[in-house]
Amino acid sequence: MIEFIKQPWTWWFSGIVISSVMFLLLFFGKSFGFSSNLRTMCTIAGAGKMVKFFDFDWKTQSWNLVFLVGAILGGFIAKEFLSNGEAVQISAATISDLKELGFKAPDGIQPTELFSWEAIFTLKGFFVLAIGGFLVGFGSRYAGGCTSGHAISGISDLQIPSIIAVVGFFIGGLVMTYFIFPLIF
Amino acid sequence: MKFIKFLVVGILFGIVMTKSEALSWYRIQEMFRFQAFHMYGIIGTAVTLGVIGVFLIKKFKIRDISGSQIAFHPKDKSIFRYLIGGTIFGFGWALSGACPGPMVVNLGYGFLSFAIVILFAMVGTFFYGIIKDYLPH
Repeated sequence: MIEFIKQPWTWWFSGIVISSVMFLLLFFGKSFGFSSNLRTMCTIAGAGKMVKFFDFDWKTQSWNLVFLVGAILGGFIAKEFLSNGEAVQISAATISDLKELGFKAPDGIQPTELFSWEAIFTLKGFFVLAIGGFLVGFGSRYAGGCTSGHAISGISDLQIPSIIAVVGFFIGGLVMTYFIFPLIF
Repeated sequence: MKFIKFLVVGILFGIVMTKSEALSWYRIQEMFRFQAFHMYGIIGTAVTLGVIGVFLIKKFKIRDISGSQIAFHPKDKSIFRYLIGGTIFGFGWALSGACPGPMVVNLGYGFLSFAIVILFAMVGTFFYGIIKDYLPH
């Protein structure tokens, strides 16, 4: 059993667990949407005094912040106790494409070219992460949700707005991958 | 403690993001390059079960833990905000390789550099709050 858990999980098992997360939250009277936490965190930091959008009772979102703390703990637990430390097994085609952009084959879960201390203390390395984060934060609030709120919860409820948002996610992702990556990497 | 259950579900979410490798920048690149079924299989399975489950919840008027009927809130009708907001989100998703959930899971995994990504995701959210009344929705 523990050997099964320690291997990377197959797609169908992962999908079952993710939908279970959504259904558990529904059963607890809430809905699965992670990016709302970014707004809540702005409110806690005092943004409500300056901008009306952040002036709301953040305590109504406490449950979601507890969920966020759980997600951090989950990442820690999975790494410390449930992993065998293997590199991500991405396809040979992706390895080859990324090589052309200057990324070596994976030796862990994330590229050191982007997330190591050496990388983030370069100007370019810092800006890649900062701009990436900014766009995710801005875009998720403009679109009214992220992968959990739209791609999982929204589409499960067959919401047209969520389908449009996911089309947008892919337009942005494809343009970044095929047209902007060659310019910056 | 009424919040313990959310902590437990959060832990489950963090574990599945890690074990499915959905938190990996490499997996997101592989997805946007259509070079593996993995991410599509994960999302496709979750959504297929989601559609069936939500249908059953509505059909049988299933109640939540507090006894109220589970409700779904339709999102405002529009095209522009979802398409443009979604596209901007997609730029950031491909660049940082993480959407908001996996960002914090990465932090827990030990990639402290994700603190920068999370901080600027808050800045982006704050910026949206400032200019939202000037944006078409």
